[in-house]
Amino acid sequence: MSKASSLSPKRPERLPVRKVPKPAGGLLPQRFQDWFAARGWAPRQHQLDLLAHAQAGKNTLLIAPTGAGKTLAGFLPTLVELERPVNRSALHTLYISPLKALAVDVHRNLQIPIAEMGLDIRVETRTGDTSASKRMRQRRDPPAILLTTPEQLALLLATPDAKPLFSTLRRVIFDELHAIAASKRGDLLNLDLARLRSLAPAMTTIGLSATVRDPDELRRWLVGRDDPKALAELVVAPPGAPADLSILDTSEHLPWAGHMNRHAMAEIYERIKSAHMTLVFVNTRAQAEFVFQELWRLNEDALPIALHHGSLDVAQRRRVEDAMSLGRLKAVVCTSTLDLGIDWGDVDLVINVGAPKGASRLMQRIGRANHRLDEPSRAILVPSNRFEVLECVAAVDAARAGTQDTALQRAGSLDVLCQHILGMACAEPFDAELLYREVVSSEPYTGVSRQIFDDALRFVANGGYALATYDRFAKIKPTKEGLWRVANGRVAQAYRMNVGTIVEADMLKVRLVRGGGRPSAGKTYTGPLRKSGRMLGEIEEYFIEMLTPKDTFLFGGEILQLEGIVENEALVSRTFAEQPKIPSYMGGKFPLSTHLAARVRQILSDPREWKDLPPQVAEWLTLQQIHSALPPPGDLLVETFPRGGRFYLACYPFEGRLAHQTLGMLLTRRMERAGLKPLGFVANDYALAVWGLADIGARVSHGLVSLQDLFSEDMLGDDLEAWLQESSLMKRTFRNCAIISGLIERNFPGKEKSARQVTISTDLIYDVLRRHEPDHILLRAARADAATGLLDIARLAGMLSRIRGRIMHKDLDRVSPLAVPIMLEIGREPVYGEAREDILAQAEQLWAEASAPPGETLH
Amino acid sequence: MGGSERASGRDAALKGTAKAHRAPAHLRLAGAAFVMDPSGALYWPDEDLLAVADLHFEKGSSYAARRVFLPPYDTAATLMRLLELVCLYEPKRIVALGDSFHDAAASTRLAAQDRARIRALQAGRDWIWITGNHDPQAPSGLDGDVVAELAIGAVRFRHEPQEDGAEGEIAGHLHPMARVGGLGGTVRRRCFVSDGSRCILPAFGAYAGGLNLRDEAFGFLFREADRFAHILGRSQVYRIPHHFCLPD
Repeated sequence: MSKASSLSPKRPERLPVRKVPKPAGGLLPQRFQDWFAARGWAPRQHQLDLLAHAQAGKNTLLIAPTGAGKTLAGFLPTLVELERPVNRSALHTLYISPLKALAVDVHRNLQIPIAEMGLDIRVETRTGDTSASKRMRQRRDPPAILLTTPEQLALLLATPDAKPLFSTLRRVIFDELHAIAASKRGDLLNLDLARLRSLAPAMTTIGLSATVRDPDELRRWLVGRDDPKALAELVVAPPGAPADLSILDTSEHLPWAGHMNRHAMAEIYERIKSAHMTLVFVNTRAQAEFVFQELWRLNEDALPIALHHGSLDVAQRRRVEDAMSLGRLKAVVCTSTLDLGIDWGDVDLVINVGAPKGASRLMQRIGRANHRLDEPSRAILVPSNRFEVLECVAAVDAARAGTQDTALQRAGSLDVLCQHILGMACAEPFDAELLYREVVSSEPYTGVSRQIFDDALRFVANGGYALATYDRFAKIKPTKEGLWRVANGRVAQAYRMNVGTIVEADMLKVRLVRGGGRPSAGKTYTGPLRKSGRMLGEIEEYFIEMLTPKDTFLFGGEILQLEGIVENEALVSRTFAEQPKIPSYMGGKFPLSTHLAARVRQILSDPREWKDLPPQVAEWLTLQQIHSALPPPGDLLVETFPRGGRFYLACYPFEGRLAHQTLGMLLTRRMERAGLKPLGFVANDYALAVWGLADIGARVSHGLVSLQDLFSEDMLGDDLEAWLQESSLMKRTFRNCAIISGLIERNFPGKEKSARQVTISTDLIYDVLRRHEPDHILLRAARADAATGLLDIARLAGMLSRIRGRIMHKDLDRVSPLAVPIMLEIGREPVYGEAREDILAQAEQLWAEASAPPGETLH
Repeated sequence: MGGSERASGRDAALKGTAKAHRAPAHLRLAGAAFVMDPSGALYWPDEDLLAVADLHFEKGSSYAARRVFLPPYDTAATLMRLLELVCLYEPKRIVALGDSFHDAAASTRLAAQDRARIRALQAGRDWIWITGNHDPQAPSGLDGDVVAELAIGAVRFRHEPQEDGAEGEIAGHLHPMARVGGLGGTVRRRCFVSDGSRCILPAFGAYAGGLNLRDEAFGFLFREADRFAHILGRSQVYRIPHHFCLPD
């Protein structure tokens, strides 16, 4: 059932069944009571509680599981207020959804009670698809209820119409608040909320959220921070029936490593067959492609199984969604694109392939099945390898206990603040002190000092460099009265083109150039590549960057061969290759949550916990205990062993791939200095392995090298700084900040390949700025991002401090059972973090060998 | 003073200092021997001459007029790298191969400190500004000869490579860059391009972008078989045949 489906006449909700509502103080008008009765429903307690709070003028957070009539609850106060005749041309309620599609869905569902109760309430959506003329009209003649997205709200607030438009606002409803609050998007939205409070002081908020670890974070988010102790009221709906959760106990051999789950496909297929409709969740686009392909390989019954992920063509995704809601599909293989929001059909089984990565994420996905509170959701977890079994067990424990992952406390991003300041100048000239006070009333920005705010202001005005040379081109300038106004219309225009905090990865369009065929000698196509074929979708540029022409990869459920890249399109042909050449597993997008990581370490350390594990896994851990050791939960196990003429160091921090990758970069630098001659490393979500030419184990055992020193926290000082200088991950982080802050525009030259020599890449800007003004506000913003983002330094710092004095070293004569999975990933998992100069050395050497005179050998 | 003596003395000195920092690569062109420095400069020991291409001074400030506030340190960054090189090679002559200034007014926008740095670089040596499409006129208030082209023996320095001027031509303008693939990734770096008869230098300016040497703009300029990219590494130059390099 749909989120808003409690409004739908087709599917009455049955829980909790209470004959006649006892409306607290007669809050629900007769018309509404009649309507509920006519449906055979009764208002639920949390709906009435929320109504009572709203009518008392309180800000309120509603936490409810899917299917609890959350959306109706959110709108009920507004519908009740608008039952009475009011000023028809005034905006009363704003509804903000993270997804455009969700706003459209809610719009459809809201029409039903409005029509059936005969209410005279105009509801409209405003999204990127809304026509220019309609948007114009909405600003002058707004509906009573406007359903929109955070970006559209930011745009509306940056117009001179904002003041008259929002002055009548009574309420703002934030849907799926848990999914948006702790992000840059949430930062911008909360700054906009602070502005709404200034424009309409009587306005109140309603937050709708799934279950979260710490509701107080969201309760703070919903209210102004002028009073530091203020909290929104809290209404918690009763939880639904407990989920029916299981881990697939495969009868096949459970792989040591990898994420592709080939072993479990037949079993997954059988489950799909016996269910009505199944959602198969995976963590990455590449996994989605693989699972889809494997399922079709087995699909002798020609079951309608579809694929849905973010880089497929939009039209294709819509077709899948429509087929789902019409019940025409048996299963959909999807990524997190279907995590949120809308239900497209009668899903009765969720299969999560791979590790869930976090308890909250798992529960969100489980909630996609059976949106009825009285029926348990059915979900099966399918681990891809032995470590993932441990993670799945931990996640199931957490789900059964109702434990949520801790949200990361985060301070509002400075690049977002810069964007907001410019937007506010576009609305009308502002007084810096007043805007500063408004900004610090916004929950993520309470800690911003006036000094930092002024830095941001100067950045917006002229770049904010110590060397002030751009004053005469300033984007915002003080008026005679000392108010900051936007310099001209072009600046406002540029702001509108660049609003928002979502910076898409650079994408290339994937276009089919010609039908392929089994390549045969002499039949290779050599003519020019023509951009005439069908568009298949979009793919991340950084993935294509790894490929060379003729490499094959999976996309849209087929194996494609890269023919070349022309402008912003990757031209591909179909092939009959059995397996793609590029394994294209890009690693999980989501790091393992700290909660699950701690639980996994606990399971590992205690053999009593192993009785619930599949026998293959318990046996593996027993072997580890015999051949090496299993560390106590808080300790770090470091193993050293020789293999194939090299010496290895393996450790198991369980902090996620990003943090491990950063650790690998920093650790190899230190090992280099300690004379351990490291050659490379590989990281996954659970472990890190480094290899080199020196006998690491012997040096440690003889006291020549101290592991405590190697793993000491001071690596986050100079070593980190030195690495950040060249890290491509850091450069990508900087680029995002440069775009969001408005330093450069989204369509900044650089995409047109043929004009590259006249353009500037943000990498060059980063290099120069880092050297000449390392404290610049943009670098501060980028460093803060790196701490939690692609480099996950915060996680690494926590780990290094946790293991201080708690390193357990095992010097082994061969690889340990626990090390096998990470050893198998060597060579499979490319390292993205470094500028890969070794590639140049290899190419040069290769050529030197190939071109050496016969009989001569090179060394 | 015997030129060759000086040069060889410097060569010895260079070996001493340079060894620790960088491994210059050698290039022969029109009978002359050159050194390609990993910074992207070309050094001619026999003439004691250092050539750099496409400095694009004040590119940052030229964007500011369009309200793109790039860090205003690009000129300083470029000059600091050039100063480092000059300390290393101590050349008698420096040739800037055109597009030294990002636009016609760029030289008037130079910060006083950067202007002083240029003067310091010019002190005690000849300086030649070759004109480019971005800077067709002489820079204002700066020393140095301004010429469209410089010929020394069989070697010709000019900004834009000419279709019929292959033998001994040393030029810039195209900002060559190479992309090379290997195990688990690709790298994109600035590079020299040469086929043994002409050489195109990488752009030296801090904000200068790059053009893939597989672009058709390079197509007619080189003999296919002998074409090499000399790719700039951190401290050395890698010699890689053109056909090993990937298009974008």
